[in-house]
Amino acid sequence: MTWVFSLTRLSALLAKELIQMRRDRITFAMMLGVPLMQLMLFGFAINADPKSLPAALVAPTQDRYSRAIVTALELTGYYRFTHPDASAAEAKTLIARGDVSFVVTLPSDFGRRVDRGDHPTLLIEADATDPSVASGAISTLSTVAAEALLREKGIEAQARESAAEALEVVVHRRYNPEGVTQYNIVPGLLGVILQMTMVMMTAMALTRELERGTMENLLSMPATPLEIMLGKILPYLGVGAVQVAVVLIAAKAIFGVPFLGPMPLLLGGVFIFVSSLVILGYLFSTVARTQMQAMQLTFFYFLPSLLLSGFMFPFRGMPGWAQALGELFPLTHFLRIVRAVMLKGADMAAVAQPMAALTLFAIGFAAFALMRFRRTLD
Amino acid sequence: MTEAPAIEVHGLVKRFGGRAVVDDVSLSVARGEIMGFLGPNGSGKTTTIRLMCGLLTPDAGQGRVLGHDILTEGRAIKREVGYMTQRFSFYEDLTIEENLRFVAGLYGLKPARDAVARTLADLGLTSRRGQLAGALSGGWKQRLALAACIMHRPRLLMLDEPTAGVDPKARRDFWDEIHQLAAGGLTVLVSTHYMDEAERCHRINYISYGKLVAGGTVSEVVRDAGLTTFVLSGKDTARAAERFRGMAGVDQVAPFGNTLHVVGRDAVALRRAAETVAAETGCTLSPSETSLEDVFIQLMGTARDNMR
Repeated sequence: MTWVFSLTRLSALLAKELIQMRRDRITFAMMLGVPLMQLMLFGFAINADPKSLPAALVAPTQDRYSRAIVTALELTGYYRFTHPDASAAEAKTLIARGDVSFVVTLPSDFGRRVDRGDHPTLLIEADATDPSVASGAISTLSTVAAEALLREKGIEAQARESAAEALEVVVHRRYNPEGVTQYNIVPGLLGVILQMTMVMMTAMALTRELERGTMENLLSMPATPLEIMLGKILPYLGVGAVQVAVVLIAAKAIFGVPFLGPMPLLLGGVFIFVSSLVILGYLFSTVARTQMQAMQLTFFYFLPSLLLSGFMFPFRGMPGWAQALGELFPLTHFLRIVRAVMLKGADMAAVAQPMAALTLFAIGFAAFALMRFRRTLD
Repeated sequence: MTEAPAIEVHGLVKRFGGRAVVDDVSLSVARGEIMGFLGPNGSGKTTTIRLMCGLLTPDAGQGRVLGHDILTEGRAIKREVGYMTQRFSFYEDLTIEENLRFVAGLYGLKPARDAVARTLADLGLTSRRGQLAGALSGGWKQRLALAACIMHRPRLLMLDEPTAGVDPKARRDFWDEIHQLAAGGLTVLVSTHYMDEAERCHRINYISYGKLVAGGTVSEVVRDAGLTTFVLSGKDTARAAERFRGMAGVDQVAPFGNTLHVVGRDAVALRRAAETVAAETGCTLSPSETSLEDVFIQLMGTARDNMR
């Protein structure tokens, strides 16, 4: 029997932890049910390029030109004219209430001015309280409207020609040509779901013993800090493995997310990420005195990591200081790995940097947790 | 040559937030001895025990437990000491057997299965081994905790108020077992505030406000307290009790059924007061043995006076 580490003691701790986990049915069900539920919910619900948004049309004189524009706009898929014959006052109320996202206004002399060859004005008001709502719809607008108008005037050929003359724009949407949001969101969700359950569960690990009074007993028996830590985190690594399997299978089967890169590399990245998470949770539990504090610490960590990691908003779009802060979250690095490997087919060399960062996090957290661990009740 | 004492500590001090909860406590317990550790609630009993089994680090003082330095050899102490906490601190969501198996694993008992089976049989719990520990009654929890604490055959047992909330029969059985263990060479330190339990210890130490204020065998402690006790019996003890209040030489007045115990440090003054009251109220007066409880009440009073 050694002083620092003994397999007998570790297996006693593990057995105890697994039994407790099994007996706590609700938590156990949550650990397995939550990932699937969240994946379904967010995978289907979140759409960064929203389509079919409600719109109102204000056109005092409805003629073939206004109808042409409406049809063309609807054909883009972004607009759905729920109120095709609104007055200006009605439209104002509709957009203020959030019933429509756009109001398209044609001046009363629209048809006459088109016929005369003038350049009539077309006003589109977008509810930009959520900028992502407006961006796609607006970007397609001017060309679509102009083309529709010219086509309606019977000079379609000319229109195409002049458009070609003016500028040729070539856009390649790489790695995700159709711009499917799920391709971005589902791998990201893997990270977020793992982070949520892993950190929270392990953050309770020691505080639960403290609150139930069993810590005093545990400390009076010969178990070392390393054994206690491993005894607490290893079972959760197992739970993490099950969650990973669930999410990856669902990603493939339900959302059809491509798996371009090598699977071992992906699983390796997931393993390092989950390790760093359970150790971080354990670190929280050495700092917190009560389970309530542990929960608060978890949430305090959770929200900024969600917002600054690049899961919700493009990482490179944030100001420099926010990017620097974002680098401090394991989730940031994991997202880079998982998106690169799954969507871009990256190899080890391409993800070496975030891999190294995650490994450093895991080691750093473990060292800090072992230092923080109170061998005594002081 | 005599064997070194099981516990030998000097000048232990532990402060919490600037307040000395344990203040200059020195203690010596011989091997195979049952030492009673007495004192009111919050007097520092639990803290002293935790200091001695390495769960707290003292702010001052030193000492040895089973020959190991309490400051540097906490791990060695943990292996040889069985510590039963005041509050049941095994896992309530584990069964009796799972709890014992956990303890056996942590102490590296081999083969663990045999150790667990033997302990279950000794407890008479073999048939109930699959029951959750949380579902046990107070008495059984206490028996389980004791069994788990002695499973690794410690040389020193520290019990922190082990019989709180346990019925008299279970307490009696518990103490019989403690005496058997001590006869087998185990040293036992037990904290309590039950006087009948104190009288079952070989020696007692009384702690109050973090300071040891008395120590020795029960009769030594009673003798050293230097108290005199009289018993008044009669119909009108209630009026007598009223009359005693504030009289010189009377430190304690306590009714016991139809009798009234009066206790004081100044034997002459007390006798004078007792005779006066007995004559006034028509009670009969007789001298009596001072009980341990009288001594403790007295010690609590004086300790508080010293604090102020």
